[in-house]
Amino acid sequence: MTTPTTDTDTGAAPATGRRAWIREHSELGVCVLLLALGILLLTDALTMDVDIAQRGPVGPRTVPVVVGTGLLVVAALLAVDVLRGGRGRAETGEDVDLSEPADWRTVSLLTGVFLGAAVLIEPLGFPIAGALLFWGAAFALGSRRADRDPLMAAVVSFLTYAVFNNLLGVPLPGGPLMGVL
Amino acid sequence: MNALNSLMDGFGTALTPLNLLWAALGVLLGTAIGVLPGIGPAMAVALLLPVTYGLDPTGAFIMFAGIYYGAMFGGSTTSILLNTPGESAAVVAAMEGNPMAKSGRGAQALAAAAIGHFAGGMIGTVLLVALAPTIADLAVDIGAPDYFAIMVLAFIAVTSVLGSSRIRGMASLLIGLTIGLVGLDQMTGQQRLTFGSLQLADGIDVVIVAVGLFAIGEALWVAAHLRRRPPDPIPVGRPWLGRADLRRTWKSWARGPFIGFPFGAIPAGGAEIPTFLSYVTEKRLSKHRDEWGKGAIEGVAGPESAASASAAGTLVSMLTLGLPTTAVAAVMLAAFQQYGIQPGPLLFEREPDLVWGLIASLFVGMVLLLALNLPLAPVWAKLLRIPRPYLYAGIMFFAAVGAYAVGGEAIDLVLLLIIGLIGFGMRRYGLPVLPAVIGVILGPAAEQQLRRALQISDGSVTGLVDTPFSVTVYAVVVLVLGWPLVRRALPRKSART
Repeated sequence: MTTPTTDTDTGAAPATGRRAWIREHSELGVCVLLLALGILLLTDALTMDVDIAQRGPVGPRTVPVVVGTGLLVVAALLAVDVLRGGRGRAETGEDVDLSEPADWRTVSLLTGVFLGAAVLIEPLGFPIAGALLFWGAAFALGSRRADRDPLMAAVVSFLTYAVFNNLLGVPLPGGPLMGVL
Repeated sequence: MNALNSLMDGFGTALTPLNLLWAALGVLLGTAIGVLPGIGPAMAVALLLPVTYGLDPTGAFIMFAGIYYGAMFGGSTTSILLNTPGESAAVVAAMEGNPMAKSGRGAQALAAAAIGHFAGGMIGTVLLVALAPTIADLAVDIGAPDYFAIMVLAFIAVTSVLGSSRIRGMASLLIGLTIGLVGLDQMTGQQRLTFGSLQLADGIDVVIVAVGLFAIGEALWVAAHLRRRPPDPIPVGRPWLGRADLRRTWKSWARGPFIGFPFGAIPAGGAEIPTFLSYVTEKRLSKHRDEWGKGAIEGVAGPESAASASAAGTLVSMLTLGLPTTAVAAVMLAAFQQYGIQPGPLLFEREPDLVWGLIASLFVGMVLLLALNLPLAPVWAKLLRIPRPYLYAGIMFFAAVGAYAVGGEAIDLVLLLIIGLIGFGMRRYGLPVLPAVIGVILGPAAEQQLRRALQISDGSVTGLVDTPFSVTVYAVVVLVLGWPLVRRALPRKSART
């Protein structure tokens, strides 16, 4: 999973004008993010109140300043590289098909399901929230077996709960359901 | 022969029934997860971290070692039977292994890979036993400036040697270093990047970063580009080798480790380069050159043996210097930190039971792997048919288990998702993930060593280069950095890709 070997831009439709240019150069967004991260880091470091805490010649400020500066430099270098036609290569994998454009619906559904599970894990407990996460994720990924999917999710989640909580000694919240059982 | 005695003690530790069970469990889990398409060794180890939270460190690392070797073996099964290698180390196995499987010699390809792994792992581990204590002895009185130099080398190597773009590697490293800075400063207690949040004051747990980048990032990335129809695995029977095949492969098995081991020990990308080198070597030495590209068995045997030995080489640097040279080693280092153990030259003195138990269990694990994998290969092959929605839903699910188990807080899941989305973006724009993980893991330690070194020298920068060891390491750093310039000066052979 660490071999970037294929170019992504192959799937981009040939459009004209400004939008096409932006699509071609969407990697500049990475530069903007790196720049923002660098500024954030430098602001945080420079507004630090270090006089009381300083011990030794190098305080808590030095490394953040170095890393922040590095981020600014890399953002600039990356921008230059992108404008000169350099492109980061999207990663390939066993189940990755780069010939089609990214499926944002699936990604946002998965993100939503995961966030939902994070919210539900404390009130509902792990077995239920975990089962919902598994079912929801399988649904988002295109599984539509209304009979098998929930059953599968429930089995995986309850088994995992039992193995971790009771066998391996890793506590997970049981929630109201486990209180009843 | 002090090492031999320690190793015998190690076998005493590794062969207790409970530890034997952990080793077997690790090998089985590792192989199963490694066979699953889309999951490489690093993600396997990251996803299985929570399984070991309840164990004592020795049991946990014995299990990890099993997972590591098992996952590497499983990965080559995938590439032989599916021909869509996801991991760099398994690319070479597919080049000859898949044509073999297609022409009905899948069983022989799997056997050549399994025995190759066994041979490579055995020879590699013997080299580990022979070299590691010596390196640890040599390194035992290295100080803060030397540690800092090693970490700088790790940072530079991981951004320069791996991947196609140095700028993107550097960007990834800096993202990791930034994540590592979040929390209270270790030396002064100063809050950094916490924005007043108590949650962030504890820092972001390395496990959450590793699971987020490796598992969630990967699952989201695959989800965005999921193949509509997954490739069909080639059916295969029980692996076996005929006499003619054995005669062709035994030399390849024996050669592989000596290519793989040294590359594993240096920060040069783990198994990627040595498997390729071994492939080229075997091709040149082969008497059946016409078969290459159509399924030459040496092309499976040699590289697989090299890959396995490189894993042993990786352990040398990680155990003796605390230097992770591959993604798996980085995750294992994170696991060490979870237990409050700092790998490094003192590890052999302070935790002899753990280290030698771990090394002995490598031998045990290797035997278990060979014994399990030959008969179980058809079962493993069935795993390749798992419906993809379940596979990636399962990855998300177990990632959530792992992140939640770290601290029992739901907010960690949100953090995991955010880091996963960063991992997704990194995959989209070709930022390698490994430098970020190394940055998170080694960043805080590097800062501490830097400040300690400068404290000793009273702020003078010469304090960083006042030992022969650190000077040597910096010389290597300069060499790594300067190499492209040197190469550019030489006559150009092929166009830039």
